[in-house]
Amino acid sequence: MTDLSMQPDTHGMFGRFGGRFVPETLMPLISELQAEYDTARQDSEFQRQLAYFQRDYVGRPSPLYLAERLTEHLGGARIYLKREELNHTGAHKINNCIGQILLAKRMGKTRIIAETGAGMHGVATATVAARFGMPCVVYMGAADIKRQQPNVFRMKLLGAEVIPVTTGTGTLKDAMNEALRDWVTNVDDTFYIIGTVAGPHPYPAMVRDFQAVIGRESRAQILEREGRLPDSLVACIGGGSNAMGLFHPFLADESVAMIGVEAGGRGIDTGMHAASLTGGEPGVLHGNRTYLLQDEDGQIADAHSISAGLDYPGIGPEHAWLHEQGRVEYVSITDDEALAAFQLCCRQEGIIPALESAHALAEVAKRAPSLPRDHLLVVNLSGRGDKDMMSVAQHLGENVQ
Amino acid sequence: MNAAKENPVNAATRLDECFAALKAEKRPALVTYVTAGVPDFETSLEILQGLPAAGADVIEIGMPFSDPMADGPTIQKAALRALEGGQTMARTLELVHAFRQRDSQTPLVLMGYYNPIHRYGVERYLEDAARAGVDGLIVVDLPPEHDDELCLPAKRHGVDFIRLATPTTDVKRLPRVLENASGFLYCVSMNGVTGGHEPVLHDIERMVGQLREHSHLPIAVGFGIRSAAQAQAIGRFSDAVVVGSALVEAIESAETRHGAIEAVHDLVRELAAGVRRAANG
Repeated sequence: MTDLSMQPDTHGMFGRFGGRFVPETLMPLISELQAEYDTARQDSEFQRQLAYFQRDYVGRPSPLYLAERLTEHLGGARIYLKREELNHTGAHKINNCIGQILLAKRMGKTRIIAETGAGMHGVATATVAARFGMPCVVYMGAADIKRQQPNVFRMKLLGAEVIPVTTGTGTLKDAMNEALRDWVTNVDDTFYIIGTVAGPHPYPAMVRDFQAVIGRESRAQILEREGRLPDSLVACIGGGSNAMGLFHPFLADESVAMIGVEAGGRGIDTGMHAASLTGGEPGVLHGNRTYLLQDEDGQIADAHSISAGLDYPGIGPEHAWLHEQGRVEYVSITDDEALAAFQLCCRQEGIIPALESAHALAEVAKRAPSLPRDHLLVVNLSGRGDKDMMSVAQHLGENVQ
Repeated sequence: MNAAKENPVNAATRLDECFAALKAEKRPALVTYVTAGVPDFETSLEILQGLPAAGADVIEIGMPFSDPMADGPTIQKAALRALEGGQTMARTLELVHAFRQRDSQTPLVLMGYYNPIHRYGVERYLEDAARAGVDGLIVVDLPPEHDDELCLPAKRHGVDFIRLATPTTDVKRLPRVLENASGFLYCVSMNGVTGGHEPVLHDIERMVGQLREHSHLPIAVGFGIRSAAQAQAIGRFSDAVVVGSALVEAIESAETRHGAIEAVHDLVRELAAGVRRAANG
């Protein structure tokens, strides 16, 4: 059997997915980045710095918390929450940003750019840029700026310049296009901190490696707590970085089931969703081949989700590959189901989850009741929901009417 | 096209013939880019049909894509407008086919991004493109690392794959870039997107000089070239000058379809005079 954890190959391919589909201007830089990352990975000083910032700046390890009331309420599987929402800046995003900015520094880059959807990656990038004293530009879709105002202000407080992107649909994919255009133009001094396990090689593998701390900690924590591996892992997926981070250290453990939860928006059959695996076709966008929401002509379709962080028409190439290998099961959760789980988590556990993470919780709410009481289920609580107050209030208001 | 398909290696292509003829004339080629289906299909066809007479030597047609990450605002907007008007890859090939009904000589190159070709199906696309009369392809997001995807299959269909060399392409990387290049080399004048700032002349001259040391293919320079004076200056040391965003802007700012046709052809006539003043003997 293929060792599922030993991907990608030297060309950045996960089977037929991944790759380096970028303009020539970026190729030399991407090759340089790959070489630098390969060296850094083996460098004990780099690893020491990374570990230092993860502990003293991010606040790792994040707890693995037994959600007793939620477990009781659902009446089945024993549910553990991996508390990534307790990290500095309130989500898993910073795990990756710390790693990438240390690389940027090593490479002598002096300017940071990023794309953001919900603003969590933008905030995490602005945060590390401030910490390392580098100017930072964040591209954000105009539509997302409107629904994520608190995060826009946070980025500005942290000294970042937030540039609204009005082209296309004004969401995450357009922000990524604009960041790529900036990168092509300022390739000499600029480091692009991509926020998810997508983009050209080495980003999907590199971001996964920086996020894999989630899975490594979860593994050690559950072994300590329960004396055995979990039976299943559940995580939400936009691009898929929190899921990849949780799943990757368990890929070789055949007994561990993995479930990735895509955003089903208003329902897959309405066409208003962001579920690339469930409702998309293979294609090439933003530097990699993966499943994409697109029309018959290969034009990228708009994604729709209540959660700005999942509102992306693609998915990381490793997920596309794991999907075709059958190693991970991918499902989708609608806006309404996510909203219900959001409230359930607030009431049962006193934790306000991000709308993104609420998608994973909704899948747990579906599954847990029919699972035995000794079934160990770990769900990644990838972010906190403070940023979503306005959207949730608006949606709940509409429901009341 | 059948002859070219059976024996693509030895067939003299339209691009080869065009550059050979211009070499004899000792002047650079004018390569003009317009987006397919802008402002609409019919007008787009009329624009294309009039380009050779206005002085275009090679025609580039942009294949609209929803997410053109290497293009500036002008060509982005044109692509979206074309898509809103119902332009598809099939319609773009129809446009080429219609153009070829009246013009069997002018080399024609399609430029765009990989996904619409990927979705159309590479083999089917190459068959249809070759049949329609396409001579070459420029696909921005397919670097030589992915030659298996489209570049090598294109060659088997007798369609040239035109490679981009950029300011970041150093001597170490150049052999890789040149390995499967054919038709001509597209020297990107600066790091950036289409329609950007004015390129720096002596930087481009140095890049072209470096490319000449490593390749016998004709060298075209593009990105940021808008005026006859620039075309003339760059044409002195290159084999071709590519103008795109300026032409697309001329179409976009015209108020009527007739005005659009006239504006593009006027600008092409000016640019053509520019390249004709650039004797590069």
